[in-house]
Amino acid sequence: MERIEEKLKILADAAKYDVSCSSSGSKRKNTGRIGDASASGICHTYTEDGRCVSLLKILLTNHCIYDCAFCVSRRSNDVKRAAFTVEEVVELTMNFYRRNYIEGLFLSSGIFKNADFTMERLMRIVKKLRLEEKYNGYIHLKTIPGASEELIKEAGLYVDRMSINLEMPTEVGLKMVAPEKDHESVKKPLAFVQNQIQEYKAESKLIKHTPQFVPAGQSTQMVIGATPETDLEIMNVAKTFYNDFKLKRVYYSGYIPINTENSLLPQVGSRPPLVRENRLYQTDWLLRFYDFNLDEILNPKHQQLDLDIDPKLSWALRNPQYFPIDINTADYKQIIRIPGVGRQSAMKIIQSRKFGRLSEYQVKKMGIAFNRARHFMRCADTPIILGTPSMEYVKQTILQRNSTKYLTTVSDTQLSLF
Amino acid sequence: MQYIFDGTYNGFLCCVFEYFEYKDSNVQLQVEGDDATQTFLFDSDKSIITDLVKAKRVQTGLQKHLGKSIAMDFFRVFLSEDRKAWAASFNIICQIFSGKTNILGNYGSEEVLYFKQTLKKVSRERHRMKAFIRFSRSSDGMFFAVIEPDFNVLPLITTFFKNRYADQKWLIYDVKRKYGLLYDKENVMEVKLSPEEKHALTTDTVITLDEKDEHFQNLWKRYYQSTNIEARRNMKLHLQYVPKRYWKYLVEKQV
Repeated sequence: MERIEEKLKILADAAKYDVSCSSSGSKRKNTGRIGDASASGICHTYTEDGRCVSLLKILLTNHCIYDCAFCVSRRSNDVKRAAFTVEEVVELTMNFYRRNYIEGLFLSSGIFKNADFTMERLMRIVKKLRLEEKYNGYIHLKTIPGASEELIKEAGLYVDRMSINLEMPTEVGLKMVAPEKDHESVKKPLAFVQNQIQEYKAESKLIKHTPQFVPAGQSTQMVIGATPETDLEIMNVAKTFYNDFKLKRVYYSGYIPINTENSLLPQVGSRPPLVRENRLYQTDWLLRFYDFNLDEILNPKHQQLDLDIDPKLSWALRNPQYFPIDINTADYKQIIRIPGVGRQSAMKIIQSRKFGRLSEYQVKKMGIAFNRARHFMRCADTPIILGTPSMEYVKQTILQRNSTKYLTTVSDTQLSLF
Repeated sequence: MQYIFDGTYNGFLCCVFEYFEYKDSNVQLQVEGDDATQTFLFDSDKSIITDLVKAKRVQTGLQKHLGKSIAMDFFRVFLSEDRKAWAASFNIICQIFSGKTNILGNYGSEEVLYFKQTLKKVSRERHRMKAFIRFSRSSDGMFFAVIEPDFNVLPLITTFFKNRYADQKWLIYDVKRKYGLLYDKENVMEVKLSPEEKHALTTDTVITLDEKDEHFQNLWKRYYQSTNIEARRNMKLHLQYVPKRYWKYLVEKQV
């Protein structure tokens, strides 16, 4: 294998556990040379695990001075080490970009020597791309915790998105697996960048040509299932971070066992908690786009999300008093609370009912999950049923008819035992 | 009554013009050369001549009623090449000009729903082409790509590629519809290739690739493999996102 190919293998492999790949949110324009950022983002391909490949996601190096138990690049792990040169990263990015393989670069790094030294090296790549190659495509840069504010501030002028990973959802969890790290060193730079974003925004209202500063905002990631936090704890942390730092995204990454030495972590070979991860994302969406409050979905009485049903359905089953909702009269906010009805379907219903009362056969075709929704809504031709069915009965009926991903996941686990 | 037109969007718009000029009843659209045309040819059928002035008037009218971007939706749906969607579009346009300007919000109507669903399919294909096009670099510095999209979406992605790759010459060729777009660093023009040129483009035998092109293709394949997490393998989802019919032109899917 050629050396550059081997480096790419090692450093892409080490970077892949960061799930963020989004290339959205930036509107960087091409100024006559190469590249622009597509506001909606583009996934150029998908791996066999079904994850989107939008950016060339690599580490500058997997040499690291830290020894975090959950991380594949930890100091004590016996893996091959490699480091790209600045020129190599720039050449790869430009050649992949010009062939339309990627939307841009996602650059992270193990910490070598110290934070500033690492951050400064990352900056050299970013600046070379922007200033020498005149590249206007997407760049996502990991903020290195502990790097100086001058460096972070300068980086923000060249990149589209910055992120720092929380790693474990709570400080207690983090200390268990990474004693050298703490949440404070994540919060500080997140807050600093957020302040800068706001300052630049305020300034751009007064002055016409204010440079863009991290136009696609910040994100973070939490590893799920490595440490024993409940879903309530996880979502509480996410909510706080969305509020305090105006994050664009919080990513939840089901832990993939990679450590044979640490007995606190799930054993190598056990399946990553993919359904749980999916449920957390669904909850995240309900909070951000469906106007749910966290305590409606998760609260001290109900600390874990159901794995067999989605969180909106779970909420509806616990709150039968709000149903059925009449889709011909209810407002948008009520309609999006019907399990199986998304925002787009709700908009279609609102628009279409101006032309006449809607019947079941019509809403069925609009793309709603009728199997779930039918128990919670009333259409023009829905027969009136006296009394309310028990929610346990409703749940069973839905599960029986719904043999999609939940059941296949269960049978997968069972089969893998043999 | 059947309107037989030439299968172009302008021809389609002229059918609308014809309808409002003569108020024919029960109009069906037919394309010259479609199989059915011969079998159902009656005396009362009309051959619609494409007249750019008339087409422009209909298009302007649509823009006036709906705004520029929604008026574009009819062009987008037309690119689906789906005759049923064309029929739905025709009826919807006729109703819009008859005063029902907000009819596009009526998802309860079969025709509107079909129109919107087709629009979504075309948009999805347009988005996929932005994502799935893979350029190869020839030795003279031209970046070229071959595509075979489900719908005729080339016109919808021109601006995107022109803006993004402003400093490189590129050619995107649709083998299914036998035409391509060529960008010379200034303008985009439509090109039809001679059979020999087409052969060269699709077989890699005649066009000499840049000496480093294979190198970067290999690196890209290597990256694609390394970024996969085996423990999360989910082929069902993978195939949903990257249906097999696209694999032929995806570098990372070539063994």
